[in-house]
Amino acid sequence: MQRSIKKYFPLFALPTILAFTIAFVIPFILGVYLSFTEFTTVNNAKWVGFSNYIKAFSNKEFLDALWFTVKFTVVNVITINVLAFTFALLLTRGKKGTNVFRTIFFMPNLIGGIVLGYIWQLIINGVLYKFEATLTSDAKYGFWGLIVLMCWQLIGYMMIIYIAGIQNVSKDVIEAAKIDGCTRFGILRNVTIPLVMPSITICLFLSLSNSFKLFDQNLALTAGAPAKQTTMLALDIYNTFYGRVGYEGVGQAKAVVFFILVALIALIQLKMTRSKEVEN
Amino acid sequence: MQQKARIQNVVIFIIMLALAVLFLSPIFIVLMNSFKGKFFISDAPFKLPDSTTFVKLENYTSGIEKTGFINAFGLSLFITVFSVGVIVLFTSMTAWYITRVKGKFTNTLYYVFVFSMIVPFQMVMFTMSKVANMTYIDNPIGIILIYLGFGSGLSVFLFSGFVKSIPLEIEEAVMIDGCNPVQSFFKVVLPILKPIAITVAILNVMWVWNDYLLPLLVIGSEWKTIPIAIQYLKGGYGSIDMGAMMAMLVLAIVPIVIFFLTCQKYIIEGVVAGAVKG
Repeated sequence: MQRSIKKYFPLFALPTILAFTIAFVIPFILGVYLSFTEFTTVNNAKWVGFSNYIKAFSNKEFLDALWFTVKFTVVNVITINVLAFTFALLLTRGKKGTNVFRTIFFMPNLIGGIVLGYIWQLIINGVLYKFEATLTSDAKYGFWGLIVLMCWQLIGYMMIIYIAGIQNVSKDVIEAAKIDGCTRFGILRNVTIPLVMPSITICLFLSLSNSFKLFDQNLALTAGAPAKQTTMLALDIYNTFYGRVGYEGVGQAKAVVFFILVALIALIQLKMTRSKEVEN
Repeated sequence: MQQKARIQNVVIFIIMLALAVLFLSPIFIVLMNSFKGKFFISDAPFKLPDSTTFVKLENYTSGIEKTGFINAFGLSLFITVFSVGVIVLFTSMTAWYITRVKGKFTNTLYYVFVFSMIVPFQMVMFTMSKVANMTYIDNPIGIILIYLGFGSGLSVFLFSGFVKSIPLEIEEAVMIDGCNPVQSFFKVVLPILKPIAITVAILNVMWVWNDYLLPLLVIGSEWKTIPIAIQYLKGGYGSIDMGAMMAMLVLAIVPIVIFFLTCQKYIIEGVVAGAVKG
């Protein structure tokens, strides 16, 4: 059978491989190469070794963006997951209208980042107006604004994964814990949370990579203002590429560093999910 | 005891209701402001339109004109429908091929696809737009090829996982009955793949429809999708026509809400399945 399928390679595999090569393989390899060169277009690259990387790491804007991104990611991951888990607990306890609530909480997830950014720009500026401030008058407003926005977008999504996990916990186990005299909080801490650990791992890393790679929301909400203080990594890379002529190489070097960071997060995720799978 | 449980249910219901109102309010606020004059929005976004601030559909007409929203909508719809169609068709075929034909080449290919999933767009954005430009695919038809290429990692991965669970005997039986691989794929395998195909389709619709940076870099100088059109409203020096902006936000949200409410069940299931396996 394998041999007869093999003859159909041009039909089954070739179109995807061609598109994949053009849209991913060549740009990726070219990208790694260009990060070691100085260029303005792809054709005039000149080899400069690690100088782009040195420039990237001695660039204050890049380091600021990295620090802002890390801070934002940590706060965002904690806030989203605590709230989403609480929502999921309440929804699995409650009886009336569960489906309607689930639908409402999930809906913002489908709205694109640019649209989300402008919706919250209006609302947050409206609130701050009363205190004679704007979203871009202080970096802390942009920071918390972005947190609120991401909560609105992702809580419903994470909540649904948590609900699936909580519903998988068998009623018998909880019943047994009750008979043994466990309190509500005890059941939550000692029975429910360990048993929904796989969902927790998934949600932690989904929110982690979503926050770390954030671009559209960042661009639409503050575009980095004031004075680039709310610029995240992805936006900083974009600005380096398209904001300053002659810095394309540095931009590409930053992009490679960004890729390595994202890949590290993904690898840790893979390892942790695997180790959880063994336990089950 | 029962009394206590009932009170608890009511309390949970009230909390949830309050949260639901809170979650829906941003959309309502934008809707409300889309009917107010552009100078009455930023100062008092939480006030309902009254006789001085109400402007009927003026924001919608001026916004549609300024952004070319009708064209943007058509372009977004075109790119999304065809990209997702092409992705589902070709990546399911490729996934079946690399799972069924075992060898060094297909094995390597699988890992390269999986690898591409973790590469952030910023890593390849500059070079991808240059390659697209040099190969003359920087147009609304060519971008479908780019979406197939950049989206194939996740889609091939999801399809492959599912193909592995299909017993080989079914396909062997079909081939013994005289079907060639093309017939057996389209008549037997593809119908079995339907649940995961829905997941793949939904994940890709959400990605392509909302994507901003990729279409901006590849075709943005001549063509505008909805996210590009909206970002375009923020003119130079950061000045925004708030009235038009509100109206365009509403028009951007409405199709998503309709899409969500019509295939809600599939979307929620699909997104969860994609998250758990991805």
